[in-house]
Amino acid sequence: MPPDPTPAAQGRPGAHIAGARPTRPRPKGGSRADGLFFGVVLGLSCLVLVVAGLYFWQLAAGGWLAFQHEGLGFMFGTDWNSNPGAERYGAWPFIIGTFVTSIGALVIAVPLAIASALFVTEYAPPWLANPVGSLVELLAAIPSVVYGLWGIFVLVPAVRTAEVWFIGVTGVPWPPIGVGLPSAVLVLAVMVIPFIAAISRDVIRLVPSDQREAAYALGATKWEVIRTAIIPYARAGILGGVILGLGRAIGETLAVTMVIGNTNQLPSTPFSPSATMASIIAANFNEAQTPLFVSSLIAVGLLLFVFSVIVNFTARIIIARLTPEGTRL
Amino acid sequence: MTATRLPQKLSRARRVQNNAAVGLVVLGTVIVLLPLVLISGYLLLQGVSSLNLNFFIQTPKPIGESGGGMGQAIVGSLIMIGLALVIGSLVGIASGIFLSEYSTHWLTRPIRLLSDVLTGVPAIVVGLVIYALLVRPLHSYSGLAGGVALGLIMIPIVVRSSEEVLKLVPTNLREAGLALGLPRWKVITAIVLPAARGGIVTGVMLAVARVSGEAAPLLFTALGTSFWNVNLLKPMAALPLQIYQYAIQPYEDSNRQAWAGSLVLVALILLASIVARLVTRQPRS
Repeated sequence: MPPDPTPAAQGRPGAHIAGARPTRPRPKGGSRADGLFFGVVLGLSCLVLVVAGLYFWQLAAGGWLAFQHEGLGFMFGTDWNSNPGAERYGAWPFIIGTFVTSIGALVIAVPLAIASALFVTEYAPPWLANPVGSLVELLAAIPSVVYGLWGIFVLVPAVRTAEVWFIGVTGVPWPPIGVGLPSAVLVLAVMVIPFIAAISRDVIRLVPSDQREAAYALGATKWEVIRTAIIPYARAGILGGVILGLGRAIGETLAVTMVIGNTNQLPSTPFSPSATMASIIAANFNEAQTPLFVSSLIAVGLLLFVFSVIVNFTARIIIARLTPEGTRL
Repeated sequence: MTATRLPQKLSRARRVQNNAAVGLVVLGTVIVLLPLVLISGYLLLQGVSSLNLNFFIQTPKPIGESGGGMGQAIVGSLIMIGLALVIGSLVGIASGIFLSEYSTHWLTRPIRLLSDVLTGVPAIVVGLVIYALLVRPLHSYSGLAGGVALGLIMIPIVVRSSEEVLKLVPTNLREAGLALGLPRWKVITAIVLPAARGGIVTGVMLAVARVSGEAAPLLFTALGTSFWNVNLLKPMAALPLQIYQYAIQPYEDSNRQAWAGSLVLVALILLASIVARLVTRQPRS
């Protein structure tokens, strides 16, 4: 059936479903209601655009004072002093803290997440794979504060003990505090694992079974199948998942706030307390007195927003370019 | 997955490598599950012993005094989640319908893209934005601001899940409706949406489960309070927020309350996730 040639039908939503139009002109009421319904749906959908615009606008406007005061030094300055009269705001220590903890967390999380994804997809029999998969997902359901609570009372003391032991063995002059970079890295690692594991699992499931069977037919062992047939095929998707995990780690707030110590100086040793962009906002915003301090914290929020948007975009571009069509993570 | 039977003549190196891989994968999986076991163990151990009826029906005692509960935080959480549910599902489902049913419209591309980007915006940033947007102009921290912040976090999650579920509805159904002379809006509301209902509800519930554990966006929007409050324009308490505030107190009693709160919070979230999954299990008509 040829598509309806009337201009009214072509301009209307749904005109792309060729041949689905009735030949008789539709009663006026129907099309008016159609227009109304479409208008409401479109209006509500455009709120998504409005919200995205608002995020950027509000953060930029709120942080304007700080950028005006510090200029480019806001990003690269290492001085963060909120004492009225001597105010200096350079966010570099928090940018460093954010990336050190996030990358550290990924270094630990990625191999473990991939191992658990391989276990669920390739190794475990179905009766074991399903419960293990659900348990890994359960890790993602635990709220950030609960990780933080556990971090304060269980992880930090354990980390302190480990630090004391490490110093005893190696003799490095790093004060063992417990609260600081190592605890933050560990909490973050636990929190991004389920995320990366879920994406890796989905991507590995997308590997066509021909690919596996061909490798097996050539006499490959299971490990060789994984190494030569599965991982190369799923590589891009896994990389995308890792970068999305990085985005997660950058923005993770309370669990990190509770175990990192929140100092405003660059960490001097690997055991030092530190702060991330998110944690410094969470720890200081309610106590911020001067308008410049408030503005600086909002400006840190803007940096955090921009970083996470960039990271997310990168991940999505990688996934869109390099994975089989239809993968949307 | 079929188990591979390795040929007998496999070289030693390959056999060792293969077995080592099995060992590492299993070890990795065990390490991944270890924190789950540890955290749930601690939650049960510390939480159950500090939990009693007062926890649900009383408000916090002054700091340092023992007893009291988090009743006002549970009520506050429910109110703000309710508000978030309205905002998140209204905008989220509408955008899902737009992206799936009007997919030729030129605005679908930017909306899908920005919605995906919003998924990655840290919750604390949402809190900052709502502070500038609702708290500062109204001169007060409020439950309203908290609920809106949670709602904004829900939107992109719901957009995504409802779009995907709606796309699974067979095109035949839509064409059949149109062929019967139904206007487009009627096809969507009477045929497509009911067919996708289970999946949409699941998506919304999972988004609720996700935001009900968030404390970061509430820190400078809802702020929290120690008193009963159902007024949306006044500071409002929330369970995750109260846990955070009690966890960082140097008092043993506050810490114990934080554990009890965490246990309740995790139980509620699990309940929401399980309900969400049960909804889709039901056979769709």
